[in-house]
Amino acid sequence: MTEPIISIRDLSVAYDGHQVLDRVNLDIQRNEIMVLLGGSGSGKSTTLRHIIGLERPDSGTILVRGVDINRCSATELRKIRRSVGVAFQDAALFNSLSTDENVGLPMRELTELAEPVIEIMIYMKLAVVGLGGAGKLLPYELSGGMKKRAAVARAIALDPEILVFDEPSAGLDPIVSAELDELILLLKRVFQMTILVVTHEIASAFRIADRIAMLDNGSLIAVENKDSFKASTDPRIRQFLDPVPKSLPESAAVLDHLRELAGLTGAVR
Amino acid sequence: MNAFEDLGSVVIQQFAYVGGLTGQFWSGVLALPRMFPIMGKRGRWQSALRQMAAIGVAALPMIGIMALCAGFILALQGAAELRRFGALRYVIDLVAIGFTRELGPLLTAIVVSGRSGSAFSAEIGTMMVTNEIDALRTMALDPIEFVLAPKFLAALIMVPCLTIMCNVFGIAAGAGFMYLSTKMNLVVYIRYVFDSIVLRDVFSGLVKSLAFATIIVHVGCREGFKVQGGPEAVGRATTSAVVKSTFLVILADLFFTVIFYLSGWSG
Repeated sequence: MTEPIISIRDLSVAYDGHQVLDRVNLDIQRNEIMVLLGGSGSGKSTTLRHIIGLERPDSGTILVRGVDINRCSATELRKIRRSVGVAFQDAALFNSLSTDENVGLPMRELTELAEPVIEIMIYMKLAVVGLGGAGKLLPYELSGGMKKRAAVARAIALDPEILVFDEPSAGLDPIVSAELDELILLLKRVFQMTILVVTHEIASAFRIADRIAMLDNGSLIAVENKDSFKASTDPRIRQFLDPVPKSLPESAAVLDHLRELAGLTGAVR
Repeated sequence: MNAFEDLGSVVIQQFAYVGGLTGQFWSGVLALPRMFPIMGKRGRWQSALRQMAAIGVAALPMIGIMALCAGFILALQGAAELRRFGALRYVIDLVAIGFTRELGPLLTAIVVSGRSGSAFSAEIGTMMVTNEIDALRTMALDPIEFVLAPKFLAALIMVPCLTIMCNVFGIAAGAGFMYLSTKMNLVVYIRYVFDSIVLRDVFSGLVKSLAFATIIVHVGCREGFKVQGGPEAVGRATTSAVVKSTFLVILADLFFTVIFYLSGWSG
């Protein structure tokens, strides 16, 4: 196996004494789509924020293209960041800029390309995500799905090697969500990108993943291809795949209290 | 013991705040050259120009009206006392010196703090909530250079300009008062104004206005960058930006006034 493009070693993070990530180890290979699954509060967004260098871990290392992003120089970090595109959950488009200005921002700020070249590239990036005609619209004029695709166009503006998605399906209807999954597959196929997707949507994960990693209470409990993940007998994975609602720990007491309140208001005699 | 711990915690927090503010100030200063046309980043000066319009041009009507009112009030209050000594003419000195040294910079700073300082913190706070600042960082763009520096440059240019306009409006209000009370014509009034103030009065006011501009921009942006959570945190940051920047502006005013007094500048 070749050297992984992202390598996480013993990543541990605690906030106010609460352990959010506990010695997480994960390798992501070139040209694969790795889906990081997990329920709410499992630590997947925290893992993502550390991988893209927005936060520093308490302990452990994160190597991106062989460079430790928490111990490298500012110049090296800038270089690494230019090779990683990020599509945030809520798109994070700049509201004061039109869609094409949003997409062109990294090119205008970080390259010396001539303006006509930038304009052609903006159109190409928007066309890839299916927004060729929406360049002049402001973010508030875009639908949820269009915003996410515009965020992808901005994330791929500098042709990054690695593309990171934070909850790409969140807030989208199933059809738009499936379209976005197709776009992720297209980006991998056409641009040979390594893609990391953080999500809790199982259907989307199975559609796009080459491998699936699962976090549970801050610990990585599985890193498998999607077929073996589907067939896993681990009860924590089964609970996630075939969810059965947990009963409230004090449900009897809660019900008694509700009956008492209903009696006071006269709703129940 | 808890009281000591709480006190210690508050002191540490305040030191951390001042430390953060100082670091942000120097980052902002280092980013300023990249705001200028030709030598700076492409299109960045246009952002600074937009900020100048927002900070300066849009604030002019409010500053004008406030300065006219404050100038008239100062003249009335001064006249009530000076008339008793037959020294009504000295109302001109009171208004001219009062505005150029003190009221012009202070009134301007209070208006800019309320209008623009709050807008800075709300804008940046919203960008924090919607991950726009994170998006900048992941694109290898420095939020200080991209968001703060255009505002900083704009404020450094526009706050002194607004201060001069505030002085003009305040002194004009004095002219109105003198005309109504003594029928003094404008030419005579202006001659008295130029007799009463010297260049260093105007200069000391402008030095203050530069310091006030720096405080308003950096406190406003700092409060914005500190936002965590949702919209209510943006609201708190906005309030905090206005309260802290107004407080620090008055502290800085006291500091500069004492320095100018001790150095003989305001003598």
